[in-house]
Amino acid sequence: MTELASSQRPKRPEFRNINAFKDLTTYRMTPAAWVSILHRGSGIIMFLLMPFVIWMFDTSISSEISFENFKAAFNVGMLGLPGALWKLAALALIWAYLHHFIAGLRHLWMDASHSAVTKEFGKSSAMLTLAVSITLTLVLGAKLFGLY
Amino acid sequence: MSVNYGYKRTAVGAHYGLRDWLAQRVTAVLMVLFTLMILARIIFSHGPIGYDLWAGLFSAQWMKGLTFAVIIALLYHVWVGMRNIWMDYVKPVALRLSLQVFTIVWLVTCAGWAIQVLWRA
Repeated sequence: MTELASSQRPKRPEFRNINAFKDLTTYRMTPAAWVSILHRGSGIIMFLLMPFVIWMFDTSISSEISFENFKAAFNVGMLGLPGALWKLAALALIWAYLHHFIAGLRHLWMDASHSAVTKEFGKSSAMLTLAVSITLTLVLGAKLFGLY
Repeated sequence: MSVNYGYKRTAVGAHYGLRDWLAQRVTAVLMVLFTLMILARIIFSHGPIGYDLWAGLFSAQWMKGLTFAVIIALLYHVWVGMRNIWMDYVKPVALRLSLQVFTIVWLVTCAGWAIQVLWRA
């Protein structure tokens, strides 16, 4: 019995919580992984910028005078911050909405169809999501900053 | 909700989150349709795109009612999503509860403001 209790037994593997800096950086991020984490990220951005969204709704719709203030914030600036910075915040919202919208449609499609949850379709639909959301963001961003 | 205790207690199946899961999907579909409707009304409008067109979109009472429903849907959708994030990443109970309370206060405040704007305009 004494040999069973001896300290010669092999050490068992230990599993602890992942370390955000040591372990996460070693992950191989597939397109579906990017879509997934960006779905969360875009949701958080819209959650935090929600007062800005409602401020835009408020000033753009309340009266013609407030509508002018709405436009001035982006063209002249507001609260001591330049207009370009407010345009950048709007562009962040544009990207977040587009990504969340398209990635959400992908989720709904996956809920409804077995063929949508294959490894191949998961990859191609993730790449399509990223391609469409980034392209539309660039197109609308160029319009927002007056490039065309 | 159906009886889920005593001899009727459901002992198997992981469907306890089904209601929130379904609510997240239903509210998402409602917001998608609302977005497409707004886009369609702007694309197929006549005249300049400016204040008159934008304010006109929300002037009818049925549109205010529908927008109100979408604001409530958004509120619930964001609650489900943010709660999932806190549950996934924040383990200390006190901190998680604080963040959940903050989320509810933040969302209800925002919804109240948006609804006020909706019927004032």
